[in-house]
Amino acid sequence: MTTATPIRARRRIRRDDVVKFMFVVPAAVYVLLFFGYPIVKNLTMSFQDYTTKTFFTGEAPWVGLDNYVTAITSNLFGPSLLNTALFTAGSLLGQFVIGLALALFFQKKFPLSSVMRALLLLPWLLPLIVASATWRSILDQDSGILNRFLGVFGLDAVPWLTSPDVALIAVIIVNIWVGIPFNVTLLYGGLQDIPEELYEAASLDGATGWKAFWHITLPNLRAVISVTLVLGVVYTLKVLDVILGLTGGGPANATQTIAIRSYQTSFIDFEFGVGAAFSNILILISLVFAIIYLRGTRKAVDE
Amino acid sequence: MTTTELLTVHPSAASRARALKPKQVVYAIIGIVILVIMLFPVYWMINASLQPSGNTLTAGIFPTNPSWAGYEKAITDQGANLVTSLIISVGAVIVCLAIAAPAAYALAQFRYRWISVALLIILIGQMIPGIVIANALYAAYNDLGLLNTHVGLIIADASQSIPFAIIVMRAFMMNIHPSIIEAARVDGAGQVRTFWSIALPVSKNALITAGLFAFLFAWSDFLFALTLTTTSDIRPVTLGIYQYLGTQVSNWSAVMATAVLSSLPAIILLLIAQKYIAAGAMGGSVK
Repeated sequence: MTTATPIRARRRIRRDDVVKFMFVVPAAVYVLLFFGYPIVKNLTMSFQDYTTKTFFTGEAPWVGLDNYVTAITSNLFGPSLLNTALFTAGSLLGQFVIGLALALFFQKKFPLSSVMRALLLLPWLLPLIVASATWRSILDQDSGILNRFLGVFGLDAVPWLTSPDVALIAVIIVNIWVGIPFNVTLLYGGLQDIPEELYEAASLDGATGWKAFWHITLPNLRAVISVTLVLGVVYTLKVLDVILGLTGGGPANATQTIAIRSYQTSFIDFEFGVGAAFSNILILISLVFAIIYLRGTRKAVDE
Repeated sequence: MTTTELLTVHPSAASRARALKPKQVVYAIIGIVILVIMLFPVYWMINASLQPSGNTLTAGIFPTNPSWAGYEKAITDQGANLVTSLIISVGAVIVCLAIAAPAAYALAQFRYRWISVALLIILIGQMIPGIVIANALYAAYNDLGLLNTHVGLIIADASQSIPFAIIVMRAFMMNIHPSIIEAARVDGAGQVRTFWSIALPVSKNALITAGLFAFLFAWSDFLFALTLTTTSDIRPVTLGIYQYLGTQVSNWSAVMATAVLSSLPAIILLLIAQKYIAAGAMGGSVK
């Protein structure tokens, strides 16, 4: 009798633990299957000669670092790495500067501002391939509305998507358009959290306008800015839809990025091993920024 | 002059006059200009979809002579693809919520020692480039016979929204007052019952937000549609547009009509469910 109660209690605790455990099991399994497995599989694939043949024969011989050597020594590796850097830096700069300017603007109180802010989210909510298709019609050299608009000012038609000289710029412009809402939302949220008293106190000291922006807004927004930028980098690095829809990596490979290389090597050339090597290079770059981000958030939490 | 008159005669009118300072009117006008520039592509998409010739070369600034020919072609070519997208998106919402809601509740209410590790994994999971996942899934799907299936795309799409859904719902469920949970437990409700009949109804708004975004993510998905289908049997509309871009750029009105039809969920949700979209967009800060 005296021993029965603790045992039953313990058993009930254990059953309760099992039930609690079951709440997270499906999600854990899902994360393992759709995030864990792909990472491991990509890693092993990148050391294998993994091609369409593998799907028939089941054979994928180990080739050591051959795939990485193939990837890095390919003609397009250097240009696509440079394009990835330019695309990411250009997109981020544009999105962030315009995003911050709009966020500051929407801080002002005026009629319909919240409705306008909500409508501004639309580019972000549309399927990216829709944005690509629309911009492709806008940027069309002969019939696009942008060149017709520039023509009004006597400017020559720009071959936005067909000239290797400007294609990357065109792709960056579209990606900036897509990313502005995300930046506005995060930065606006950050601005709202800055206590009004800080500005009031500063204005007594004569700090208004630019001075207030420099000495109050920016320092207080630092954590949000770093989150916005790092997330921006991580999301921009993996962009595929925008580039595939607009240029497909062309013209003359002018808009090739590491993500596009990874896709095309795997799913156009069916060299899954080399594609996986490209993917892992992409992960490595993302990881560097992810670590910066996680350090930043931890610091922000500590503060 | 008028202001002083108003001030003395109608105090309410005066306050209305004060409510709309000239500065505010200027701001509102600037705001409208910004919005017009930012949303011009969306307008252009609609305008181009209504052009009769199918060519943007002759497209006017306004659809003065609207034609539905583009839409007729879009429905004929892409109607089935739109239905496919709808099935996959609804499926992804159900899978996402079924998996994410219990996990979010557990991470919010149970005291696990490894919560921070779990959240870290979720955060990192969101940063993994989709192409990495697609690359590995293709081989696995090929072996399992999941290529070109609704189920295959549903579970792949759901995987993209589950981390976000867990984060958004957990943030909400952390704020469920402990007394509500305790009351249910004292009444003898088990963990499952407490979750199902107390926590879930209370968290309705978070569920709607997570569900809406799961829908939009799946509806917008292009990468998995591109890589995990090899035939035209099951083809989401995003892939349909991509195929259009490859072959049919001569007929812009059909492409743009399909683009408009694929934008409808986002536009409708933004108009009728603004509150939830805004909540999700802010939740995106941890996304």
